[in-house]
Amino acid sequence: MENEHIVILGNGISGVSVARHIRKLSDKKITIVSGESDYFFSRTALMYVYMGHMKFEHTQPYEAYFWKKNRIELKKGWVSEVQTAQKVLIFEDGTTLKYDRLVIATGSKPNKFGWPGQDLKGVTGMYHKQELEAIEAYAPNNQICKRAVIVGGGLIGIELAEMMSSRKIPVTFLVRESSFWNGVLPAGESEMINRHIFNHHIDLRLNTNLKEITSDENGRVKSVILQETGEEIPCGLVGLTAGVSPNIDVFKDSEIETKRGVLVNRFLETNIESVYAIGDCAEQHEGIGERRPIEAVWYTGRMMGETLAQTICDNRIAYKPGHWFNSAKFFDIEYQTYGWVFSKPREGEAHFHWKHADDTKCVTVCYDSSSRRFLGINTFGIRMRHQVFDTWLNERRDVDYVIENLCDANFDPEFFKHFESDIISAFKNEAQVEAA
Amino acid sequence: MSIQQSMSLATPDAPALSTVQKIGVSQSVVGLVILLLATFNVNFPNKTLFLCLALGLISLGVIVFSRDAYLKKLPGIKNDGVWFRSSTSRGVLGWATGIFLTAFYIVLYFYPAYLGLGDNAPNTGLVALFDPLSQLLSGRPASQWFVYGTLYTVLILVFGYKFILKYRHNRYEQIRTVSVMFFQLGFAYLIPEFMYRMNSTLPYYDLKNVWPLNYYFFDDWSIQGFLANGNIGLAFIFFGVFSTFVITPVLTYKFGKRWYCSWVCGCGGLAETAGDSYRQLSSKTMVAWNIERWLIHTVLVFSIVMTTGVIYSYLGTDSAQSWFTKGVFISFVIGFLSVVFAATMIFKHKELGKDAKFGAIGFGLTIAALLVLFFTGTTNEVFFIKSTTVRTAYGFYIGSIFSGVIGTGLYPLLGNRSWCRFGCPMAAILGFQQRLFSKFRITTNGGQCISCGNCSTFCEMGIDVRAYAQKGENIIRSSCVGCGICAAVCPRGVLKLENGGMDGRINPTQIPLGNDLALMDLMNLLRTE
Repeated sequence: MENEHIVILGNGISGVSVARHIRKLSDKKITIVSGESDYFFSRTALMYVYMGHMKFEHTQPYEAYFWKKNRIELKKGWVSEVQTAQKVLIFEDGTTLKYDRLVIATGSKPNKFGWPGQDLKGVTGMYHKQELEAIEAYAPNNQICKRAVIVGGGLIGIELAEMMSSRKIPVTFLVRESSFWNGVLPAGESEMINRHIFNHHIDLRLNTNLKEITSDENGRVKSVILQETGEEIPCGLVGLTAGVSPNIDVFKDSEIETKRGVLVNRFLETNIESVYAIGDCAEQHEGIGERRPIEAVWYTGRMMGETLAQTICDNRIAYKPGHWFNSAKFFDIEYQTYGWVFSKPREGEAHFHWKHADDTKCVTVCYDSSSRRFLGINTFGIRMRHQVFDTWLNERRDVDYVIENLCDANFDPEFFKHFESDIISAFKNEAQVEAA
Repeated sequence: MSIQQSMSLATPDAPALSTVQKIGVSQSVVGLVILLLATFNVNFPNKTLFLCLALGLISLGVIVFSRDAYLKKLPGIKNDGVWFRSSTSRGVLGWATGIFLTAFYIVLYFYPAYLGLGDNAPNTGLVALFDPLSQLLSGRPASQWFVYGTLYTVLILVFGYKFILKYRHNRYEQIRTVSVMFFQLGFAYLIPEFMYRMNSTLPYYDLKNVWPLNYYFFDDWSIQGFLANGNIGLAFIFFGVFSTFVITPVLTYKFGKRWYCSWVCGCGGLAETAGDSYRQLSSKTMVAWNIERWLIHTVLVFSIVMTTGVIYSYLGTDSAQSWFTKGVFISFVIGFLSVVFAATMIFKHKELGKDAKFGAIGFGLTIAALLVLFFTGTTNEVFFIKSTTVRTAYGFYIGSIFSGVIGTGLYPLLGNRSWCRFGCPMAAILGFQQRLFSKFRITTNGGQCISCGNCSTFCEMGIDVRAYAQKGENIIRSSCVGCGICAAVCPRGVLKLENGGMDGRINPTQIPLGNDLALMDLMNLLRTE
């Protein structure tokens, strides 16, 4: 149906990707709804706005004319109710919007685990634009915010720590685990990042849980109290960064089936015809391959959008992501991963770990211990080429081949020092030790 | 959005300078004040001492500042607070610096007497302060150009040092910066002075300054000056022509225009060192890109026509005296341009796409102008006006106003590369070649881009790098000077400057690596067809 109206809830990377690709393929009417911001911006770049590397406008990948030129209508507002039978959205201000097909791309929201004081002023996540504005208000400098406490040792937590230290605000970083992000990273990597965090003068507290957040007389955060020791830490800002979960409260009372997220099949279709869900808020009935049922990652949102646009434009195809990859940055150390490397080798798997003496670069390779098939690589402080690892994974190369040819995958800038020969000799030494 | 505006009363913005940094700034200011006092004719008793003091304090201040700013932190990207500082975000300090620099350039180019340049008399003021150094190097009194060249070189050296510390984790940036420091100090500054000492009749010649950037190279006085010096002069003329027509295209083919713009060039050298703090101020809008393309190519046409006119005016018409007559020369120029144009259209028409039309317009205009020149020109006149007028107009509007007053004076407002981006005819030629006949490209790393925008923000040439990276497409833009900062500031390791094969260099894609292969094929084929 060429003149049907596609309404997309959410102007993040998922919603915008599906809109762009529908426009490439058709002349359907497209409306993107967002309450958060006027235009699409890169959420992952919000930290750089606080740090003064960029202005907010720099986080917007498209200039304002782009939307008009591509006939993508933008509507600002929060939806309060979805009536799937009538195919209508009802907004908080009482207005309504009819759709023919609805794409739910509402993203995530920060987790809160019922801590006492979690809704005080100065307690915030670091996900939405409004949360960044709250951080700017409560922690503009180290005079007004004498210390920030960050709860939860994941990717957003360490970004928030970097943000605070860019304005010289002292940080106490509470991490429940025994080492930073060690549910995901192998021990050698996780411990290296611990040391890097300490080197940035962050008060990293491992094995530490939050008990409660206390308030001053104005309902503003005064301090946090730790579970284990009962220690009270005075602070001006508490960042809650213990992961995110799908932002789908508004659909709970609708006909649309939800669990933790909006449940979708492989075609990203929900239980209601003409209603789809993509990005962080979508939950697969079963994870695809080793992937989790909910993937809150930038590029998976984009890929779901690219895929769903085909389905909406009458080329119904399933969401089939390629090999897993991801990246992040921990203060000054870049991290990339291709294929699967779990924090501990699983049954039948082995890890090879190499770390540079300067304690800012390391590599972990995971392989099948009997067939020696290469399964994945984590790399810190050395950039690697996505294309090459994707090819090697497709070709089911063995670990010896991958280590031997590692320099083909190097993506560091020209003139950078190379470490492949170190890595190769470390790998051979380890093999000899094992043989002996 | 008012995210920088805090609700609090205290100013959250500019990160305060440390005590050591304040000391550094004060040292530089004292050095500058000495120069200002000299400008206002304070007669220093010992010029050598005070000149050393002024240049030394300016340098020392920058060194002290940079060591405190960068060496006390772990190596990594150091852009904290760039958009909060008044000086680097078009604040009051930025505007003040811009106005001061612009005023300096206007005085330098048009009123050198205010700097103390003696008109057949001993120098006074600022220029006189530099006399001892000039005497030491070349054995003659200083000129305003010597003062400018010295300050220019000092700035590239000390801010080059700052840049090397800022990027001490990045060897590409360090080596590139050592290169521009070397070429400025040696080729632009010392060698011409020594050459003068050895042979005072040779025209000033910075060997790395290539036509058409060096627009006065083919001027009558310049060519006559070289010819008057026999073999050495002839060798210089030959080298100049060879640089433009052989060295430049070969190196650009192999490495992209970066070999010149961010490794050798003096304008680029100043932009990359003293101008580094302003790189984020370049406009990334589509409007700016359109202005850039029209403006820079207009300057290119202007410079070709002007140079041809200048050479034309001093050539003879009598083939008995010399075979190289006005007629031969114009035919040669038109023939050369036609060959370049035809070859581009035949071999690269597809890559040019709709830009081919604009290329044809530019070519047509140039040829038309040259024909008009030929049929109307006399010994003294081209285009019915005195040939020297065309040359003077170019020197005034392009050589002085555009490259100096606007290009450098407005660093703190338009960014550090506005001359290179909007005006430099050399950059236009190198860019044309980089776009069509070069192995250089910036590769994007599969599907890793998160569209954060650091690359675009810190691109001094105003290229929207992210627009390519988020689609997984190589960046091949004529304006890219290969400074490498996009790759440095990328938090996810997405960008890499590379020289590789010509096949698949330009790879327009819609869907980057990572998704269903069949879908990628489907969408990416759709685009290429």
